[in-house]
Amino acid sequence: MDRPNPITKKLLIGFLIALGVGILIPQITTDFTTYQFTLAISYGIAMLGLNILTGYNGQFSVGHSAFFAIGAYTAAIMIEHFAIDPYTSIVIAAFAAFVVGFLFGLPALRLEGLYLALATFGFAVATPQLLKFDAFEHWTGGVQGIFVPKPEPLMEGLSADQSLYYVAMGIMVFLMVVAWSILNSRSGRAMMAIRDNPVAAATMGINLPMVKTTTFGLSAMYAGIGGALFTYSSEFVSPDTFNFFIAVYILVGSVIGGIATIPGVIFGGLFIVFMPNYAQDLKLFFEGTEGPWAAVAGVVPPPWAIFGVMLILVIYFVPFGVWGGIERLWAWTKRRSAG
Amino acid sequence: MDLFFQLTLAGLAIGSIYACVALAVVMIYQATDHFNFAQGEMAMFSTFICWTFLGLGLPVWVAAVLAIGTSFIAGLIIERVIIKPVENAPVLNQIIVFIGLLMIFNNVAGWIWEFTIKPFPSLFPDDFGFKSELIGPHHMGVIALTLTVLLLIFLFFRFTRVGLAMRAAAANPDSARLVGISVGWMLALGWGLAAAVGAVGGILVAPIVYLEPNMMSGVLLYAFAGALLGGVSSPGGAVLGGLIVGVLENWLGQYVPGGSELKLTFALILIVGVLLFKPAGLFGRVVIKRV
Repeated sequence: MDRPNPITKKLLIGFLIALGVGILIPQITTDFTTYQFTLAISYGIAMLGLNILTGYNGQFSVGHSAFFAIGAYTAAIMIEHFAIDPYTSIVIAAFAAFVVGFLFGLPALRLEGLYLALATFGFAVATPQLLKFDAFEHWTGGVQGIFVPKPEPLMEGLSADQSLYYVAMGIMVFLMVVAWSILNSRSGRAMMAIRDNPVAAATMGINLPMVKTTTFGLSAMYAGIGGALFTYSSEFVSPDTFNFFIAVYILVGSVIGGIATIPGVIFGGLFIVFMPNYAQDLKLFFEGTEGPWAAVAGVVPPPWAIFGVMLILVIYFVPFGVWGGIERLWAWTKRRSAG
Repeated sequence: MDLFFQLTLAGLAIGSIYACVALAVVMIYQATDHFNFAQGEMAMFSTFICWTFLGLGLPVWVAAVLAIGTSFIAGLIIERVIIKPVENAPVLNQIIVFIGLLMIFNNVAGWIWEFTIKPFPSLFPDDFGFKSELIGPHHMGVIALTLTVLLLIFLFFRFTRVGLAMRAAAANPDSARLVGISVGWMLALGWGLAAAVGAVGGILVAPIVYLEPNMMSGVLLYAFAGALLGGVSSPGGAVLGGLIVGVLENWLGQYVPGGSELKLTFALILIVGVLLFKPAGLFGRVVIKRV
């Protein structure tokens, strides 16, 4: 079944090109667009977490917004109440999300497939209400949420948005390498063995509960880091930001990028952030035209309804996602040229 | 003491709405082993359809019956067109299709009817000819109507040929196919019925929570909790589970400090707790898996 890509020379070249493009982005676009890319990266990191959990370990979560929220709030609280610098706060947020994820992984051990999806669904739906809870209000700011100033630029000549973007990109590259190394290690093979055949995996001496809970924690940690970066780029956290639909966004991005892939999350993150804008632009374009075309604007459904349709179509026709498609196309051209 | 009875009766009323949605969830689960995450949004959509009929000037009961009928047909079509292709797909793909449906219904409802909160009329008169200090007329009507609906469904499954065929298709698809039952259509019929029962729940809950595209997310979570508590393999259990959850929710809101703000968390704890300690629920069959 699906394994992480081996690092070939060509993949490495592609990766370096992507990195180059990534470094160029803030130089050639506005601060606002840079901010959007930072958002895409923060979602992308959360998707990477979901891919590790679902794509490589076979545990489902439709509640990653909860871990995203934990990371976001932990970072915000550290800065607001303890005056800890934003970068250390990311580490603390990651740790907090890991612990909660690990603990949530314990009951998840006994839940398979659908039931786990159900429990995580409950977690995601209950999160906004928990964040509003009176007893935590001193820490969470209740309904008002917490304002977090954008971290100061790390280098002279960079705006706050540009600096944050580079930090986020660095973290994402680092986390992708970490994910790749873990998945290619003994523990990674254990994760995949559990996904493919839990009974056989147990027979081979894999400690199922340990691997599954740790994977859950790891996945939550990724989501938490994504959440912390999300907080910095949007400068604000509030309970209703982290509703169930954030979990859906993460899931949609993962599936569209390719659920059992690492590079796919780049496409997933970009998709989630930029496609709604394009859909909106399209609507505005039609509204701006005259004659029969203007009527089209009235029947363009809202972006997220279109994504619902796309999600279902992707599952029908390209369940391997964008990156899976690229891989298949690559393999096909190689066969063509060889034959 | 009056407060306690008021709470309990109101809990039973809201619980019977959960029971409707829980029953819808269980009906689909029994037939296909899916949890329909879109069940709540489908019920919400049905309620909006009812609202549209009301806007055309139809009497409230006519509008409700038309909306429930429309939901039945829509449920049937959804199964045939959208769910059938992933019947044998991995669990993840199925969950994703349900999430896709959830998004579509939620956003299309917001698009057509907007996200503003709308009041929704009760199906029942303000006065049944007698009054009670303990329970309002809407809640009284809700309990009576849901019990009737549930009884009808029970009679349908127990005493009609189609009901029997549907049970056969769910219990043992292969054998059912051999005796000439069209299993695919029975599943579709199950979806239609579930959509219709869910619509009843939506129309009954709308006067209480007001009509808006996100009105069902909490209700669905309680319905899941109720279904699991009663046992996902037992429709009767799911109904009872829904009622229990409704009553517990009301008690919690009143008697536990801070409880009214943690109702959803309570549902989450209930779900995880039941799955951990009594996965078959109170009335469900224990599933024994051979490895």
